[in-house]
Amino acid sequence: MGHVRYIDKTREYYRAEGYERAYQWAHFETIPFTPFTALGKALAHCRVGLVSSAEVMRRDVEPLADDPRRLVYALPADLPSERFLSRKAAYDRYATTLEDVDAFLPLTPLQQLTAEGVIGGVAARFQVIFSEYSQRKTLSVDAPEILRQMREDEVDVALLVAV
Amino acid sequence: MSLAARYLEEQGIPTVVYGCARDIVERCGVPRFVFSDFPLGNPTGRPYDEGSQRAVVRMGLDLLVSATAPGTTAVTPYEWSPDHTWKERVFTRAQPFLDPEATQKWLTRKTQYRELREQGQL
Repeated sequence: MGHVRYIDKTREYYRAEGYERAYQWAHFETIPFTPFTALGKALAHCRVGLVSSAEVMRRDVEPLADDPRRLVYALPADLPSERFLSRKAAYDRYATTLEDVDAFLPLTPLQQLTAEGVIGGVAARFQVIFSEYSQRKTLSVDAPEILRQMREDEVDVALLVAV
Repeated sequence: MSLAARYLEEQGIPTVVYGCARDIVERCGVPRFVFSDFPLGNPTGRPYDEGSQRAVVRMGLDLLVSATAPGTTAVTPYEWSPDHTWKERVFTRAQPFLDPEATQKWLTRKTQYRELREQGQL
């Protein structure tokens, strides 16, 4: 069986719920590309940045009150996965769970690959981005903030993990 | 997430997106994509399966190095279950995607976002 057609399925689902205007998923004719070779270094010397949309929080730190602006925030990447949890509600809650953090925030594999010398390291912090209805906000607020933090952390390559 | 990847890539940072919604990511168009044919929520391997988690992460790193053109998708070799009925059930009225509380939060957030935008705070 082929992959799930989420665009068609959500269109039908929300139409049945009474929403008249279908969500316009982002679409572009061209795709940007920075070849890996442009970095001029091997993966073993690259610092890897990580971005998650899983609304991750620390188990051991009291969360701040919800900010309605839902801005990008960062958490330390050198902690064990077990120290984090996801409070995301938008996932297939009938088929799976978000109990094992590494299945959507792969800190353990990245820490292992660092120890083995496959990658140069993981940036000291990873970024959490909210899944936004507004493409404008993602592009004008969230993405520039992720870039700013990644530049500050001297990130070479970025892994973005979408829940 | 796809938009953020495009943005970083434009600024010179090679990116890989990991995800389970192939049509959404490919419609947007990202430089490199590792697709897992799993339920939404497990883009980097099966829960409590270190082997698949490591392998999926590794696929993305290999793709970073090997991709020579944008819009390259790598498909993980894993099947969620021999039974594919989870695909038929997702986003159906029998299985509402968000529970009532989460739906209410989503609607509240949409209103808040509109207000913040009108106030020039976003």
